[in-house]
Amino acid sequence: MNPAYSVIFFTTASGAGYGLLALLGLTGARMGHAPSLLFAILTLIIALGLITAGLLSSTLHLGRPERAWRALSQWRTSWLSREGVAAIVTYPFALAFGLVWSGLVAIPDAVAPLGILTAILALTTVFTTGKIYATLTTIRAWNQPLTVPIYLFFALASGGALHWAISTILGMEPGTVPPVAGFALLMLAMLKLRYWGLIDNAPRDRTMANATGLGEHVRQWEVPHTSTNFVQREMGFVVARRHAQRLRKIFFLLLLLAGGLEGAATSVPAFAVPAALILLIAAWLERWLFFAEGEHVVTLFYGNPNA
Amino acid sequence: MTALPDTTGKKLGLVIDLDTCVGCQACATSCKEWNTQGYSAPMTDRDPRGSDPDGPWLNRIHGYEIEPESGHDSRVVHFPRSCLHCETPACVTVCPTGASYKRAEDGIVLINPDTCIGCKLCSWACPYGAREYDVDHGVMKKCTLCVDRIYNENLEPEDRQPACVKACPTGARHFGDLGDPGSAVSQLVLERGGFDLLPEMGYKPTNKYLPPRTKRNTPQAGIEALPKGDGSAMDRLFKLADRLLSGAGN
Repeated sequence: MNPAYSVIFFTTASGAGYGLLALLGLTGARMGHAPSLLFAILTLIIALGLITAGLLSSTLHLGRPERAWRALSQWRTSWLSREGVAAIVTYPFALAFGLVWSGLVAIPDAVAPLGILTAILALTTVFTTGKIYATLTTIRAWNQPLTVPIYLFFALASGGALHWAISTILGMEPGTVPPVAGFALLMLAMLKLRYWGLIDNAPRDRTMANATGLGEHVRQWEVPHTSTNFVQREMGFVVARRHAQRLRKIFFLLLLLAGGLEGAATSVPAFAVPAALILLIAAWLERWLFFAEGEHVVTLFYGNPNA
Repeated sequence: MTALPDTTGKKLGLVIDLDTCVGCQACATSCKEWNTQGYSAPMTDRDPRGSDPDGPWLNRIHGYEIEPESGHDSRVVHFPRSCLHCETPACVTVCPTGASYKRAEDGIVLINPDTCIGCKLCSWACPYGAREYDVDHGVMKKCTLCVDRIYNENLEPEDRQPACVKACPTGARHFGDLGDPGSAVSQLVLERGGFDLLPEMGYKPTNKYLPPRTKRNTPQAGIEALPKGDGSAMDRLFKLADRLLSGAGN
């Protein structure tokens, strides 16, 4: 699959934003108030800013951005529509939570319920994003049970690292977030290893023979176009296995580095900042690979013997 | 609405004969010609006469070679591929806007060009590569089964068929109701062993393909001897002419 930068940016930026928002909601619900007004405003601006920038980027890559509102209508069947609805519904609750959590509006009793609700909605949005990919049976590498958990743990790991880094920059105690961020990072690393094992060992049993019905000895003889067409550009891209292996190693090293820096940050807090930055780079690389390793079944019509 | 109808009154679709298709591209060009001015307009090609032409086509003709097994000749199969108007099309259910839909009355899968946002997710969901993006229109395009021809009372009754079917010079494309077991197309599928593409994907395509017939595998007969002369006056005249002309060349 073609790794479109708008979609990579959207899923990584909004993923980190929703992860951060969920952790703000949960820690807010536990503490009952924000550590400081500055912290509340800054973290909310970063979380909602990342989410909004991601959503805007995903809207701008549409052929008809002015019709984007129509995407909210088909939530009965479409995970993309559900994602849109979840994203929109999260905003008012996140803003209401922000107002009471920061103390700008003094309703202490509302902090916990609004915080938990915001966290649930934020993670639901990430869940629907993962589902868009996980339910596409045409792409075996995406149609996996681990696709959605990896999206969720990536959101929590990158959101957690951001929370930690912002706390450090403001000279505050990161509280209960570090163990959550570290746990999410560990889970992410384990799930990703397992995921690669699954997609590498999945039988590539869809064949050109079944696609064309012309038997086992079929091969492509003539292409159906003068120059590369939309279907090939959009769905024909697959990264070479050799490159994929190298990029997986780089990604995993970045993950280990981020984990190591987070470990070091427990004694020298400043390390939380590079940890977050490295994790965001790792997220970007992982998302690029997720697309580039997605082999679409339509390639069988274009000369690929199995998928 | 992207929810699929439980059943459709008819199952209109195409039956494509891989035995008689000669790969002439008449179906693809007549499809483009009709649809670029009708329901799916504009369907513009970019750089159409340049070195890198690009644009949506609703019907594309692949060519496959069946490699020879020992003792057999290899053969080339021309393979038109367009929307199969599946019974359970995921391209419809993934659509976030409801622009994609499957008609309850005849099973045709359509895109409403006025509500499509051009997110391209439907093209990801289709195993058959049937949906293409129109850059100039900003929306997705696909085979409409010439919905603006088959019910069009301004056309003569014999013209109320998809443009590709009308254009096919070898009669390799058949249009009809595949939900009616008594229809000509259903009978053809039964007689010729029509098959589904990628049946394991579970999309239940309506369109069927008829397999190429088995070739009689006669050994090459060799070059036959030229017919002998019959000794008539005309024959002798030709022989004389042949001798004179051959001689003149030396």
